[in-house]
Amino acid sequence: MKPLSIAFIVFTLALLGFSTYQALFVAPTEQTMGDVQRIFYYHVPSAWVAGVCFFVNFLASVAYILKRNSDADALAAASAEVGVVFCTIVLITGPIWARPVWGIWWTWDARLTTTLVLWLIYVSYLILRHFATGSQTKLLAAVLAIFGFVDVPIVYMSIRWFRTQHPSPVMGGGENSGLDPAMLHAFLWNLLAFTCVGIILVVARYRLQQMENEVEAEHARLALAGGAR
Amino acid sequence: MGSSAPSDGSAYSPYMTGQSDSSIQPVIVLQNLVKFFGRFAALRGITESFAPGRLYVVVGDNGAGKSTLLRVVAGLMQPSQGSVTLLGAGTAREVAHRIGYMGHAPLLYDELDGMENLRYFAGLYGLQDDGIGRDAMRTVGLDPDLERRVGQYSQGMRQRLSLARAVLHNPELMLLDEPFSNVDVHSARDMAAVLGRVRDRGKTIFVVTHQSALMEQVADEFVHMAEGKIVSRERVRQVQMSAGSGAGGER
Amino acid sequence: MSAVGVTKSTLLKDLRMEWRSKDAINSMLFFSLLVVVIFSFAFNPTAEQSRLIAGGLIWVAFLFAAVVALNQTWARELRNQVLDAYRVSPAPPNALFLAKVLGNFLFVVVLEALMAPLFVVFYQLRSVGPVWQLVVIALLGTWALVVNGTFFAALSIRTRSREIMLPLILFPISIPALLAMVDATTSILTGESSPDFWIKLLLVYDVIFTAVCLLLFESVLNAE
Repeated sequence: MKPLSIAFIVFTLALLGFSTYQALFVAPTEQTMGDVQRIFYYHVPSAWVAGVCFFVNFLASVAYILKRNSDADALAAASAEVGVVFCTIVLITGPIWARPVWGIWWTWDARLTTTLVLWLIYVSYLILRHFATGSQTKLLAAVLAIFGFVDVPIVYMSIRWFRTQHPSPVMGGGENSGLDPAMLHAFLWNLLAFTCVGIILVVARYRLQQMENEVEAEHARLALAGGAR
Repeated sequence: MGSSAPSDGSAYSPYMTGQSDSSIQPVIVLQNLVKFFGRFAALRGITESFAPGRLYVVVGDNGAGKSTLLRVVAGLMQPSQGSVTLLGAGTAREVAHRIGYMGHAPLLYDELDGMENLRYFAGLYGLQDDGIGRDAMRTVGLDPDLERRVGQYSQGMRQRLSLARAVLHNPELMLLDEPFSNVDVHSARDMAAVLGRVRDRGKTIFVVTHQSALMEQVADEFVHMAEGKIVSRERVRQVQMSAGSGAGGER
Repeated sequence: MSAVGVTKSTLLKDLRMEWRSKDAINSMLFFSLLVVVIFSFAFNPTAEQSRLIAGGLIWVAFLFAAVVALNQTWARELRNQVLDAYRVSPAPPNALFLAKVLGNFLFVVVLEALMAPLFVVFYQLRSVGPVWQLVVIALLGTWALVVNGTFFAALSIRTRSREIMLPLILFPISIPALLAMVDATTSILTGESSPDFWIKLLLVYDVIFTAVCLLLFESVLNAE
């Protein structure tokens, strides 16, 4: 591995350690919710990373449809998988937070529900990648990714409207709740740390996919030259 | 590459058409054509060109890549590498109205009768006249007024109708994959003769078949494939009026 | 023939074939009836409660019926590989797509028209809001399901476990449309709120996804 990569990994680990320290010990305890609220420092940055990953997946999928470049497809595969991982973290930390605070495991508020639908869409994308036969898997997956991403704002709007009609508890405070400056500090450190972790995971998965593509290409070259089956 | 004859056709002497081959634009040009299915290379780099107005018979063992070649040329599959240029113009999609394709499978709707099938497919080529379909059916020896659904046709009838569908729109280039499979010998000979007559009208025909004996009387050239490549091309001597060499007999 | 002509001739051909075989129609009609009956047993329809959940029940029932119809969209084209004949011809791919969508749309709308009275009877439904709005919702919502469903059915052709792939990729993406259909239907039946926003949302959804489908169908058709 290149020295730059190693340096970045070390840096990220240090950053993660520091931000965890910030989140768990330095940031002040929330007034009403108590220490449970600290999950917020993991819940929201995970959502952010997932969102960025899915956006990258969208761009990579469009690039693949236009250029049929297998690197674009590799990036799409990598970002979707990492995105689903972080999305899963959001969906798990959400109920863990909600239960002690509001007494319920789940609420169908706009943000959490959109995250769930997002998760469903990209899991279906991963399943399609797994189940497609033939040489056009990448193309079909790219097509589905575009559908999924275009759908996301519509999902959000529809659930927002549904919730104004049928209100119910909102996780993490209402849309306009502000953040105490001391908490903002810890939040931003965690945001940075999670983003770095996300970058490392996507790049690692991307390189893995690239290597798999290279192996396939090499097999193909051999088949072409040797004529062996 | 293994082709034992020059690929631009220039060494062939003028034949039935009486024209010099090198002045005619080739009907198909393959440039380093490669097709992968996963790791398996079905076509391993084919570079050839084919002159128009001939009946080519593609032969080879199972798995040699004959059907794959036809499908790539017809535009049903994209090459993994290389290119296909048809009728001097471009890919199959660009000249779709000038190409006819007949596949392994019948490519027909079982629930419709003969004319209904042909009427629909003629429409896809912009042809509205029923007469075209009726003529096509008669040419292959079927009754246009037969209202039986294709699902109830015999194998031989289905093959004939499939051929009719492929040539309905009077294409310049016809790509036929195993047109004689499951057809009785008598019908197969009739169909081979039909193909010969179509070629005489100036069309180019590619026939993939295991039954090369059937085609000996009408073929212009045998194209031998093995393991994803064209290994040789064999001009077949055709006798016009006199009794002649090996193939013998009149057309 | 123009694209419109090809769409028309393909649609007529499909309808003719459907009419001749009739087995698909009959089994789907019976299936729709079964769904309504089973739902009535599962969700006991006493008058007041039923009006509240009827919107959801009706649309889930329609969704099941639609998936059964969608799954066989391309089945006939794959038999005898006759789809190759279309692909090889100069006819535009989108004409084929639209013909299939329209065919499915007509089909599902007919199923809905037959199931709806059954629901009204079993659940003793009366609509407080205007009924014409229900019709608009039904048409827009059905189009939303059918346009994406037909597209994903084509996608699923190239996958293993074809029948499960279709609902698996269709349902998540259809969630906003389903939410709109259900809530709009409920609000019209109960008369409690206006479905205007939902109608607008469905319209936007339909336009956006019809455009995306038309843009991408050719690539999917020619995928191997």
